[in-house]
Amino acid sequence: MARKVLVLGEVRDGSLRNVSFEAIAAAKAVAEGGEVVGVIIGDNVSHLGEEMIKYRADRVIAAENAQLKQYTTDGFAQALLQVIQAEQPEGIIAGHTAMGKDLTPKIAAKLDSGLISDVTAIEEAGGNIVFTRPIYSGKAFEKRIMTDGLIFATVRPNNIVPPEKDEARTGEVKKMAVDVKDLRTIVKEVVRKTSEGVDLSEAKIIVSGGRGVKSAEGFEPLKELAKVLGGAVGASRGACDAGYCDYSLQIGQTGKVVTPDLYIACGISGAIQHLAGMSNSKVIVAINKDPEANIFNVADYGIVGDLFEVVPLLIEEFKQLKVNA
Amino acid sequence: MNIYVLLKRTFDTEEKITLKDAKINEEEAEFIINPYDEYAVEEAIQLRDAHGGEVTVISVGNEEAEKQLRTALAMGADKAVLINTEDDVEDGDQYTTAKILAEYLRDKEVDLILAGNVAIDGGSGQVGPRVAELLGIPYVTTITKIDIDGRNVTVVRDVEGDEEIIETTLPLLVTAQQGLNEPRYPSLPGIMKAKKKPFDELELDDLDLDEDDVMAKTKAIEIFLPPARGEGKILEGELADQVKELVQLLQREAKVI
Repeated sequence: MARKVLVLGEVRDGSLRNVSFEAIAAAKAVAEGGEVVGVIIGDNVSHLGEEMIKYRADRVIAAENAQLKQYTTDGFAQALLQVIQAEQPEGIIAGHTAMGKDLTPKIAAKLDSGLISDVTAIEEAGGNIVFTRPIYSGKAFEKRIMTDGLIFATVRPNNIVPPEKDEARTGEVKKMAVDVKDLRTIVKEVVRKTSEGVDLSEAKIIVSGGRGVKSAEGFEPLKELAKVLGGAVGASRGACDAGYCDYSLQIGQTGKVVTPDLYIACGISGAIQHLAGMSNSKVIVAINKDPEANIFNVADYGIVGDLFEVVPLLIEEFKQLKVNA
Repeated sequence: MNIYVLLKRTFDTEEKITLKDAKINEEEAEFIINPYDEYAVEEAIQLRDAHGGEVTVISVGNEEAEKQLRTALAMGADKAVLINTEDDVEDGDQYTTAKILAEYLRDKEVDLILAGNVAIDGGSGQVGPRVAELLGIPYVTTITKIDIDGRNVTVVRDVEGDEEIIETTLPLLVTAQQGLNEPRYPSLPGIMKAKKKPFDELELDDLDLDEDDVMAKTKAIEIFLPPARGEGKILEGELADQVKELVQLLQREAKVI
């Protein structure tokens, strides 16, 4: 059954986040040949529409208003609802990001709709669109279907393969002036605590440190390794609790859930709290002095050794690889 | 101030998870207050102590949730309400739970509602925002700090590691993120007192709802465990050789570099 599906494009630092393109792939699966319409909400964002077209959205609506420069629940909900009203879609897909998590339940409640959050795979089976999602902190999965009305889901970053980009593709990008009023929450200030560079939740490679890193300075070699690999730095709760790094880096049941292609765990024991945030990574490398550390039970490759010896060697080796490439 | 806390009894996901008859095996499992809801309970108690008023904890579930509600009372909440759906709802989803909670809260004088930002079992994070929307009040998710001055509220919201300082007003719903506080353990006198605190048990009938009003909009059709990871390879030999081998394996075998 062909469906018209809206995809929410998410803007961060002036460009679209990768998850927006992954969401287009999800929307295509839901649309089953129907139209995929990108929606970008903000102030002066229509120039980003082209990028969604290149990633194979059929057309794009830029819902614009000066009051949408900064995300607010009320502002973005009003804008999206106006687009929904105008387009009458049969499906909506957004990223399972801070923004998607905050916005979509409100839209679902407003539309009296169901919502399947944090989806990692989509397939068609027996006439249904079937969504796979992790439950119990990633220790189990469920397949879930919508039983009534709209198909509405959020997709976890880094799990669904985005459509191949076609630089030559063109399509309609339409500006839509939306009304925004009576915002009940006002963002007074945004305090940037995450480092510039690669976004942890979207990183393909993560170098992560635990208590074994021993100090804030101990994170330096990990940062360098991440830089050489073009990845991001993460941490276990233990390292954050000990004050070695900011909580914004924490990966785990409390903290971020990540699924990179490569996860390098340095001096991390592998407490269940941490595994819940990273055990679905595609390839896991563990570096730990303790051969009995639990992290080795989930690792694909392990080195029993001092991270302060191993990590600098790894940096050199990867640098060498780059030179040879 | 009338403070409400939405609380869910959850499977302790630190436990090993197995399947039985194609469902999560709950036999002998530990059940706890969802950890994020625990932050919500703690914050509610602290806000009541600072501003006066009353804290009511509410849960939708079966009679076994009484234990977790009693724990919240022992921590210091004043009243508990269990909306027992055991006889009426078979497979509810977030739509179901939010509708029931909102129906209960609709005629209450609500100043502040606190909830966890996500439950560690279902992991959807929908119920808090849905309840706020159904009640027509604003919400702020994943907060790490809240200050209340009269009807004005300032909250710090965690946004994937960055912080937003947000100003808003009561009535309001907020969802708790890690870092909001350190939840207390119930004290022995607290546990004794909890036994005598008001505990209401309601069913859908009492809210003038029937099964059809709260029928789920989604349905789980299969539950499965992730494929077991293959046996990992622990490298051997001189450290420098191990590192060389690792890089080669990542490049040629795992193909992630």
